[in-house]
Amino acid sequence: MGFIVRRLVFYVVAAWAALTVNFFIPRAMPGNAVEAIMSKFPNLQPSAFHALQAMLGVAHPGSLWHQYFTYIDDVFHFNFGVSVSQYPAKVSTLLGQTIPWTLTLVGAATVIAFFLGTALGIAAGWRHGGWLDRVLPGLMFFQAIPYFFLALILVDLLAVTVHLFPIGQGYAAGYVPGWHWSFIGSAIYHSVLPAFTIVITSVAGWMLQMRNVMITTIGEDYVLAAQAKGLSSRRVVFTYAARNALLPQLQGFGLALGFVVSGAIIMEIVFSYPGIGLLLLNAVTSNDYPLMQAIFLVITFTVLVANFVVDLVLVLVDPRVRSQEGA
Amino acid sequence: MALALPAISTEPSALEDKHRGPGLWRRLPPKAKVGAVILGLFVLAAIIGPMVSPYDPGFQDPSPGLSLHAPDGAHLLGTTQSGQDVLSQLLSGIRLTLELAFAVGAIATALSVIVGVTAAFLGGIWDELLSLVSNVFLVIPALPLLILLLGYLPQKGQTATIVVLSVLGWPWGARVIRAQTLAIRNRDFVSAARETGERTWRILAFEIVPNEVSLIAASFVNTVLYAIATSVALAFIGLADFSSWSLGTILYWAQSQQALQLGAWWWFAPPGIAVALIGTSLVLLNTGIDELGNPRLRDANGSSRVSGRRRVRPTDPTPVLLETPPRGRLAGFAHSFSRSSLLERDRTRATRPAGRARSAVRSARRQAPLLPGGEQQ
Repeated sequence: MGFIVRRLVFYVVAAWAALTVNFFIPRAMPGNAVEAIMSKFPNLQPSAFHALQAMLGVAHPGSLWHQYFTYIDDVFHFNFGVSVSQYPAKVSTLLGQTIPWTLTLVGAATVIAFFLGTALGIAAGWRHGGWLDRVLPGLMFFQAIPYFFLALILVDLLAVTVHLFPIGQGYAAGYVPGWHWSFIGSAIYHSVLPAFTIVITSVAGWMLQMRNVMITTIGEDYVLAAQAKGLSSRRVVFTYAARNALLPQLQGFGLALGFVVSGAIIMEIVFSYPGIGLLLLNAVTSNDYPLMQAIFLVITFTVLVANFVVDLVLVLVDPRVRSQEGA
Repeated sequence: MALALPAISTEPSALEDKHRGPGLWRRLPPKAKVGAVILGLFVLAAIIGPMVSPYDPGFQDPSPGLSLHAPDGAHLLGTTQSGQDVLSQLLSGIRLTLELAFAVGAIATALSVIVGVTAAFLGGIWDELLSLVSNVFLVIPALPLLILLLGYLPQKGQTATIVVLSVLGWPWGARVIRAQTLAIRNRDFVSAARETGERTWRILAFEIVPNEVSLIAASFVNTVLYAIATSVALAFIGLADFSSWSLGTILYWAQSQQALQLGAWWWFAPPGIAVALIGTSLVLLNTGIDELGNPRLRDANGSSRVSGRRRVRPTDPTPVLLETPPRGRLAGFAHSFSRSSLLERDRTRATRPAGRARSAVRSARRQAPLLPGGEQQ
């Protein structure tokens, strides 16, 4: 249990750091959120100034400590305030509507990309110098393209020109979100292209990493010994080489998660996917600070939880981590 | 006798002495070379671009014929909706984006060197603390935090973006450099320097850091990559200074004015491809640096050709390279201009009348028979 507990403590610290940073940003930044909103909407009455201040929590009632604890308390009760741009909707309601979409799309696509990239990486590493290894630089090009740029081109090619996929949105107009097959079918149909974009842009990264670890692992003596024993190639590849190469790959997965997820969220904007990315864009364009702050927290916490899940998987698949625990 | 140049001597010993092995460029893996060349072209474009750009990137030509004009002689990459020249925008965009990326790369890498080396060298509570901070900032996703920071900033100019990106760009490098510093901290030469009474900062600056140059270079390249990707993404969602032209803002305008839907590929594609190419060149460069340090990662083509078998199992003993892989036609032609090719040709004439220059020299030098399939006609 030692490993898991230590990781858990670390994630709690990270979550606390995110919370604290989130608390201090509006207080430390030179800009004034209220003035920004006032200048954005010139027809607001001057009396709205104080209302906005109170609403955004920048009126600073009480000491900093008092504010801080009220803030932590609010976060624990999912009380993120009221959205400025979609007044009087609560931020938590908006988040509740969008999170499931993003979680399904980005989560599924990231996991698919990870497994696909790892499998391809095993193949490329084993057949070092083979054709798969040689197309890798080409795949890097896809990795280097900004997510949203590739998404725009794919939308233009596959949705606007060929009509193979819908142009955007999470589901076809006319459906009512709910647990019935026609809606789920429509949602899946609408998510194919976004998911494909995420996979294509992130698969090369996983593949390159797995290939490199794989090549290093293949050089180990135990792989040579397995080969010398006359074990079948398949057994050597999967049971000896790939299994051991998976640990650094999984660790890397945890660390790269934040980056991949951020990119995928930006990509949602292109597809007008009703997820958190689109919400974030709306928040940014309308200076909706409470919403922005809540989105930051939600994304961070999700990534932290995902990281913890990766740690649990690590313990499950790698006996070395388990033996560390005993020590 | 004084005229006899030692380099042309066929004596193996003389060759060994004078021929100090291929230069850095030749040793670079092909991936890194391609990356360096592409990046070099973009840096060149960034330096001379604004001088040779045909128009003022912001100049809006009011004549209606020039709105969304397809590329032609006057406007090599066409015009935008409001008649601005795309090529001029692209050239100043490349400069601005690279400027930002390299600045962020330099600042963030400096920070990560400072943090990483300090943490590893001080050890104890400082190490724990600094490692914790960098690990925390590694797991917190950077982009949403950047959006938050820039969203609160009243003006989102180049400098502000550089500062914010640098502040969040150092943890990865710090982590890697800390690990490397821990590994070399207890080496003998560091202890020796300490015994001679060197001051700590001198040990750090002249003993430790020079041994981490390749790692620092890799971390710099990575940070530049991160800066480009992030700044473009930030501009795309509207967090940038839209009075200036960067690759991100060009893409923003192209997207917000429906360039793709209007079929104006010349407006939309060039900035995106430029970002992708710069990114690819950086990834290639980084892979190349990796391969330089870890030869196993290199493309196995050369070795499989030498061993004479089409396929080399990864677990086979490493084939001994008796010859460097022969150059292709184009590469051979390009190489014939270099100074070393002149030496090689002379050496070849002295040892063998025909055959591939390098292989002949090597085989003569080694006095070892080539493997059966190694000699290619």
